[in-house]
Amino acid sequence: MELVLQIFILIPLFGFFLSLIVPETKEGFLSWIAFVTIGIQLFLAIVYTFVWLIKGRPSVNFNTGDLYQTEGYSFFLSFYFDKISAAYLLVGGILVSLVTRFSRYYLHREPGYKRFFNTVLFFYTGYSITVLSGNLETLFVGWEILGICSFLLIAFYRNRYLPVKNAVKVFSIYRIGDVGILLAMWMSHHLWHENITFQKLNNFELVHEHLLSHSSTGVFIAMMLVLAAAVKSAQLPFSSWLPRAMEGPTPSSAIFYGSLSVHIGVFLLLRTFHFIEQQTSVRIFIGVMGLVTSVVATGIGRVQSSIKSQIAYGSIAQIGLIFIEVALGLQNLALFHFAGNAFLRTYQLLVSPSVVTYLIREQFYRYSPDDKSIESKYPTKLANSLYILCLKEFNLDNFMYSYLWNPMKVLGKKIHFLSLNKLIAFFVPVYLLGIVLWFYQANFSEKIIHILPIVFSIFGLLMVLKAFTERFRARMSWVLILLNHAWVALAISFNEHFSLSHVFLYLGGIVIMGLLGYFTLQRIKNLEGNIDLDRFHGHVYEHPRIAFAFFIACLGVSGFPITPSFVGEDLIFSHIHEDQILLALLTALSLIMDGLAIIRIFARVFFGPHTKTYHEVAYRSS
Amino acid sequence: MNSNHHMAGFDEQHLLHLLQHYLPAQAPLKDFVHHNTLHGFQHLSFPDALRTARTIFGYKTSLSLDEYRIFYSEGKISESAIYQTIIKDKGENYLEFWLENLKNKNFDNDTEARIGAVRNHWKEVYQIDLDSMVQPILFRLLCSYLDQGIAIWRFPLEKKGFLESVYELEKNGLFSIFKTDRIRKLFLSKEFSLSGLLEMLVGDESLYEQYIFDQQFSHQGWSGMVSVIETLPETLLETRNISLLDLIKLECFLELDAIESRMGKKWKSIGKSIIHKPISLFSEVPQTEYFETLNLWQKAFEWTYYEPVLHGLQENKREYQTPQAFQKSFQAMFCIDDRECSYRRYLEVLDSKCETFGTPGFFGVEFFFKPIEGKFYTKVCPAPVTPKFLIKEEGKERKMEVDAHFSKHSHNFISGWLIAQTLGFWSAFKLFLNIFKPSMGPMVSHSFKHMDSGSKLSIEHVGEFENDLQVGFKIEEMVNRVENVLKSIGLVKDFAPLIYVVGHGASSINNPHYAAYDCGACSGRAGSVNARVFSTMANKTEVRDQLALRGIIIPDETRFVGALRDTTRDEIMFYDIDTLDHNHQTLHKNNLTKFEEASKRNSKERSRRFESINTDLSIDDIHKKILQRSVSLFEPRPELNHATNALCIVGKRELTKGIFLDRRSFLNSYDAKIDPEGNRLLGILNAAVPVCGGINLEYYFSRVDNQKLGAGSKLPHNVMGLFGVANGIDGDLRPGLPNQMIEVHDPIRLLMVIEQKAEVVLDVIKRNPATYQWIENGWVLIATIDPVNCSISIFENGEMVEYTPQDTKIEQITDLGSLVESGMENLEIYKYEA
Repeated sequence: MELVLQIFILIPLFGFFLSLIVPETKEGFLSWIAFVTIGIQLFLAIVYTFVWLIKGRPSVNFNTGDLYQTEGYSFFLSFYFDKISAAYLLVGGILVSLVTRFSRYYLHREPGYKRFFNTVLFFYTGYSITVLSGNLETLFVGWEILGICSFLLIAFYRNRYLPVKNAVKVFSIYRIGDVGILLAMWMSHHLWHENITFQKLNNFELVHEHLLSHSSTGVFIAMMLVLAAAVKSAQLPFSSWLPRAMEGPTPSSAIFYGSLSVHIGVFLLLRTFHFIEQQTSVRIFIGVMGLVTSVVATGIGRVQSSIKSQIAYGSIAQIGLIFIEVALGLQNLALFHFAGNAFLRTYQLLVSPSVVTYLIREQFYRYSPDDKSIESKYPTKLANSLYILCLKEFNLDNFMYSYLWNPMKVLGKKIHFLSLNKLIAFFVPVYLLGIVLWFYQANFSEKIIHILPIVFSIFGLLMVLKAFTERFRARMSWVLILLNHAWVALAISFNEHFSLSHVFLYLGGIVIMGLLGYFTLQRIKNLEGNIDLDRFHGHVYEHPRIAFAFFIACLGVSGFPITPSFVGEDLIFSHIHEDQILLALLTALSLIMDGLAIIRIFARVFFGPHTKTYHEVAYRSS
Repeated sequence: MNSNHHMAGFDEQHLLHLLQHYLPAQAPLKDFVHHNTLHGFQHLSFPDALRTARTIFGYKTSLSLDEYRIFYSEGKISESAIYQTIIKDKGENYLEFWLENLKNKNFDNDTEARIGAVRNHWKEVYQIDLDSMVQPILFRLLCSYLDQGIAIWRFPLEKKGFLESVYELEKNGLFSIFKTDRIRKLFLSKEFSLSGLLEMLVGDESLYEQYIFDQQFSHQGWSGMVSVIETLPETLLETRNISLLDLIKLECFLELDAIESRMGKKWKSIGKSIIHKPISLFSEVPQTEYFETLNLWQKAFEWTYYEPVLHGLQENKREYQTPQAFQKSFQAMFCIDDRECSYRRYLEVLDSKCETFGTPGFFGVEFFFKPIEGKFYTKVCPAPVTPKFLIKEEGKERKMEVDAHFSKHSHNFISGWLIAQTLGFWSAFKLFLNIFKPSMGPMVSHSFKHMDSGSKLSIEHVGEFENDLQVGFKIEEMVNRVENVLKSIGLVKDFAPLIYVVGHGASSINNPHYAAYDCGACSGRAGSVNARVFSTMANKTEVRDQLALRGIIIPDETRFVGALRDTTRDEIMFYDIDTLDHNHQTLHKNNLTKFEEASKRNSKERSRRFESINTDLSIDDIHKKILQRSVSLFEPRPELNHATNALCIVGKRELTKGIFLDRRSFLNSYDAKIDPEGNRLLGILNAAVPVCGGINLEYYFSRVDNQKLGAGSKLPHNVMGLFGVANGIDGDLRPGLPNQMIEVHDPIRLLMVIEQKAEVVLDVIKRNPATYQWIENGWVLIATIDPVNCSISIFENGEMVEYTPQDTKIEQITDLGSLVESGMENLEIYKYEA
């Protein structure tokens, strides 16, 4: 029973790889692969669930052997199946199989037909990994796949401006959620001194005992999980990404942003609920957040005059309620509610183009000028104020800009005076000095050694800030991102129990992918001349292969689970002590910015309206 | 800062007029009517307009050189047409030079458009991206104000006009749409004029006009919609009071606010930073070799198709022998629509004794229609006509089918909670059903539901008036209309016992552009009411008595029967059959099988363009699939509408009968013999030139630049306020046709072939300056075929020039079925056994 769990992941993964090698023109075959693999998985899932029910609903756990092991640390994948996994797997299977069938005809002759099915299959692989994951590490693998697929699906129309802009926007918000999980993983290493599985979390006494002695650690982990969940499920203050994600073909918006993607946050809470359960303050926080989100999202939803944003806010409001249900411990209700909401929003989005026929007819035959909503009875001042506030989405869209990205940009601009030469002239000696210090650290006082990691990670952060705000030189920006990793590695090296092999594990993948990225950028620069970062170039139009190679490099450098750097990243974090919160935060921050800077280079150089106008180029406002 | 600077340099009215002239003129979705996308350039000759529009606005106005060259290599453009075109336009001496240009030369045409050059300085000088700061809130305000029923909480104070409403919202509220206090106060002071605002923003009066053009064309979809609603407020059922000036003023305020919030007080108007003034927007656009080359390609492309058509028609006419007089089994009038071309062919093949006619599908009766329980009137005649008549439907109450998925309760959090947990599971089942077994439902826009077939219509005027409209027609008015139609199509004698008057409509689901599929001559509605009204009129004894006095003697045995043909589903429905006597009912029953068989054969012919239907299947199977297609949520191409249209033939059916035109031609019946002066022809051309030309050019431009002049792919479309579509939630409206409608279209201009003497036609087209502009400037091409000696002339530079098409052999086919199974591409001209 345990071993079968992997098969649920291997099936869509196999479909994904198969779909990669099928030529673009074989539309029927491509969609057939998607439908059949997901269909088979669904069928197996139904049978499996049935057997599982008969056997009396045991929780099923399966661990792979250690993929990487070193003293005090082991990295392994783990899979887990219980009613939560069952509900998510079945709802996902039903929706994705139906929608792939739908898209087979709907996307007929659309440029990117193959890309669409590739991404859907990869997305579904990530989804399956996430909902079947047995520990945070495994969950994070799936989580990262979901994030990158979301970027690709939102930017499906990659040569238009708005989809690309919104894809970057959503990605940057997702990145915050990613860091929530990274930090939660980091702290739970210290709490449990192991790579704990979800199954063990079910052990009430074990959790209770640990929390008693480390209550603040418990709160920290729980809040990081809540942060990640709030981001992914578009709760306040992150809600505004969801309507903006509706840029791809309607079926992909329907299935991912209408239903599956957006309910993953709920999944995370349900999955870790046994850990949160005993922390009343966190539960109250989740409940209040859900409630406020529900009320605000309903308000915003009521003034939406475009069909997709209306559905998006309707969905957010329901997810807010699901958060309340989770906080109250009503797991079954939450699962039921999730399934209903997912089905409903998918269908509503799929039929959304029909709204013109339907509502115009209703207006034509049923119109009455006196039909007004409840708000018309409010006092004018209140009504007007609320209306403007809702129309502006409570300024949520600007929120992230005002409080996070813009300060970063300002900081980045402050170091604008640093040219590449100055950077090299200053930081190379300092870095070398750092290495020397590392060798002779025994000769220095404890205090200095303790401060050095922080100093170095600040240098790293500066690098990436500069990379993020660079307006012209793409290659320099890329090199700075790589340097950031070097600084992070150096900073962490000063912590004890550290062998060089960990650094190699971390940097190995990054260096290889970094070189690949540099050469692809160089290549495109040789071919096209200008690749300045102050505008979009859309070079994917003429150079899809180079774009793909660079995309792989981006994934590698950002610690995506395709190189050992992924394990290294986790490992690096495990070396940050639990009292080094500042170091952890700085490292986390530089990883966020890193991802943003990388995706920014990729989007600016390869996506967006094509600079050449010999063919049809869309308006910037579309 | 008020009007002190309002001097001759900047004329607000002139600017607004000019803007309105160039902005897209597409009405809200429910009134989608095809029109020439580049109507603003129609005063120029076609090639000049293409060059000018490309240079000023950056539209791609023709296929690219590469696309032409690919067509050439595929044989879609013939070698002989290229030679002929070059020799004719450039002379034989330059043949080699131009051949090289066409086939091989690399042109560098990566030029920037003129539009945007002034306003772009905000970005270059201050690094301010005004579009992304201003557009989201501006579009939201506009969409909420104009919204027809999506939002639950409607825009407050909508009666007062757009700017006034925003002002009220701002004044009586705690939150502001502005970020800076100074600009907000200025807005609330109401002391501003457009030139005052422009002085702050631009500073240099000579740049005002260009600045506003840059600004409005950065979101031409929204601006165009506002401009249309300003001129035609009744195009929204819930009318809105909005003007382009309102929009511009508010946008200027938002721009000032955005700049001020970024720069504080440290900024100067943009005009002061512009050292080299950009070239003025509308200054002369010089001719270049590149554009000449494109023009030659385009002509060669067109004549590759026209040449065999003209030859085929001529030969067909020459070979035609007047048959012995015989009793017609039935006659049927259809719309001139290109989609009826093949249906008529099958009907005639099935019954060689029947006779078909084509006339614009409102059948000469113009009126507003008010269905049972309708709260509004619907115009069912060509868009430019404003009728004085109203036809009311009376009968059983309409049962509205309801689909709870559109219920707005699902968006509130308490009712939503219940709905998500109940209806939610039902949705999964519904989705399953629609994917594996699509069926008719309330989401479908179904042509047969335009009117209840069992209802009564108020056709005869009995003294009633409603809102200044006369309910029904007086006898005299009926006689005029019936006479007009019958004479224009040449049906004045040899009446059959049954004459069908067949309007058309379409059915589709998940399709915001549904109105574009219906009858254009009925303003994007089905033609059923018109067909019924016309038939009733023509059946009236009083009308027939009067008609007899005017020379049209319709025998008592002749009955007119109204009908509606669904072009998507290939179904036909007849009205008022129960009023026929027994004899006629028997005759009708006999005809019915022919109509149904023709429908099935027609769906087979249509299916060859659909990849998901195997054309080799039996016609019954194909027809089932065609029916299913029209109600499938996942089918973005329920039918292909006017795609591939290229011809409009005005003449007797004998001219085209026997020539396979591949559904590419509008067919308007006309008999030159009874119209020696061309008076009827004038009426025909006044309608056909703008209607068919408009359809043709909208397809042309949406095809050559689907991004800027078309609506792009329809797959990501998001419905905005029920009047337009946009990409995503913050995008500009996308007027024009979506990619799925135009992808199989070959962008060539409409060739209108008129069966009449060349000199009569020349005289007629010059009588109406509006029509003549289309022809003189080459937006529609004209050829004539002499009714007596079959000689062909084409219109060139203000005169008709005799033309002899190349004598190529036209193949004869015996089996239409196997012809349509041969592939998806456009087919050549063939002769078939008529």
